[in-house]
Amino acid sequence: MSDPPPIVQFRAVNKHYGAGPPVLDRISLDVAAGEFVSLIGPSGCGKSTLLRLVSALSPVTSGALSVDGATPEQAREHLAFVFQEATLLPWLTAAGNVELPLRLRGVPAAERRVRAAELLALVRLRAAAELYPRQLSGGMKMRVSIARALSREPRILLLDEPFAALDEITRNHLNEELLGWREKAPFTALFVTHSVAEAVFLSNRILVMAAGPGRLHAGVPVDFPYPREATLRERPEYFAKVAEVSRLLHTAEEDRAA
Amino acid sequence: MKRRAWIVWLPPVLSGAFLIALWYAGRAATGLQSWILPTPGEIFQAAWNEHATLLRAAGGTAVGALGGFLVAALAGLAIALVLGGARWLRTGLYPWLLVVQMTPVIVVAPIIVLWAGPGLPGIITVTFLISFFPIVVNTTQGLLSAEAPMVDLFRMYGATRWQELQLLRLPSAMPYFLAGLRIAATLAPIGAIFGEYLVGNASGGTGGLGFLVYVYNTQIKIPALFATALTSCLLGFIFVAAVSWLNWALLHHWHDSFERHDR
Repeated sequence: MSDPPPIVQFRAVNKHYGAGPPVLDRISLDVAAGEFVSLIGPSGCGKSTLLRLVSALSPVTSGALSVDGATPEQAREHLAFVFQEATLLPWLTAAGNVELPLRLRGVPAAERRVRAAELLALVRLRAAAELYPRQLSGGMKMRVSIARALSREPRILLLDEPFAALDEITRNHLNEELLGWREKAPFTALFVTHSVAEAVFLSNRILVMAAGPGRLHAGVPVDFPYPREATLRERPEYFAKVAEVSRLLHTAEEDRAA
Repeated sequence: MKRRAWIVWLPPVLSGAFLIALWYAGRAATGLQSWILPTPGEIFQAAWNEHATLLRAAGGTAVGALGGFLVAALAGLAIALVLGGARWLRTGLYPWLLVVQMTPVIVVAPIIVLWAGPGLPGIITVTFLISFFPIVVNTTQGLLSAEAPMVDLFRMYGATRWQELQLLRLPSAMPYFLAGLRIAATLAPIGAIFGEYLVGNASGGTGGLGFLVYVYNTQIKIPALFATALTSCLLGFIFVAAVSWLNWALLHHWHDSFERHDR
């Protein structure tokens, strides 16, 4: 039996903005359906750009990129994006924000409301449905933002440092919950982060990138089985993996200096 | 919060009392006549004597001011939507808006009478010309103020241009539009009075405050002239209060300018 085709496939992809220096240099990468892949690397290594290419917010300069067996543009329908900021519309309630992608798709109001209520229950914000973003904490806003992304029932979820602005305790909780939501609504994840610990906890594969120009430095499989418990963070093999990735991140930075 | 409520009303009452005292002292010190510098008491007396005339005139002015204000609000929004559409529209049209704004209304008053006609149409035109510009500038800025990640999100989730306008750009522009309306609300009564003074009497007058200025001045009824000024101020306050209420009603649920600090 042959492997299913990758859901995201980069073949020698280059990216320049205008006449500037290359941002991404000959990226070749396969992501299998159902994977949770984290991208980690120094600032300027192009990891956010990589997500923008997959989401068709920005076109590749050369090379081939296929998403869900089609062009990024065509695959958009099955894709959702979570930004570093919650990017909620301040004039809509939490429920209104969760409904937004459905509204853009023309889903009838009654159906939207039911769906938003389910998703808010999933992210444990049922009681906050009628609150406006400014009444929510940073962690709550991010839950709404993820619920909004999940309302699209995405096959691929792109996350660009979604928890970077949160304190460590909130971030740990959200990491655990994110894996839980994934059990209920499976998606392939491409996750950009600056936190080695977070990447190890969440991913089944970590891609370490180097900067100037952005390229893949190393790939690290993370074999801890899902579902993962918070206690994983206390185990020696977890620490060993964090140390391994940290070391690779260090050599990635030296790679630039060379 | 409650125990500091005095801070809202006491300072303006004190400053008002101080100004009135200063006024009386100035009158006593200079020995000026009532028809040059009437005292506040004489002004209120004149206001009382003329109250029927003043109220009728204020009503006439309110109609012109409201008409001009509504035209300015609608036309201002429409012009802003055009300007917000593309950069070439902004560079192409903005200079001509500035030309309209920079041309003193008094210079074009005869043309306004010629084109719009004397009386109410002319007054509404003058009010519009004086108050539309801040609405256009603020609203255009607001339409362009939607944050880049939000715009990305709308694009990525397949929003049509109409959806982007309706669900993102217009709500983003709302606080800016209301800020423009607040400035316009202070200008509209001034515009209407100016309009009545300029073009209102071309047909024998509409009886507005601007026309009263002309009448009282000719009759050298100086305390009544001051009373007319006072009435104009009150009309202005009503306009500003109405727009402030609208601003509150539309924004207080979500906008940061209504942030409560007691959470």
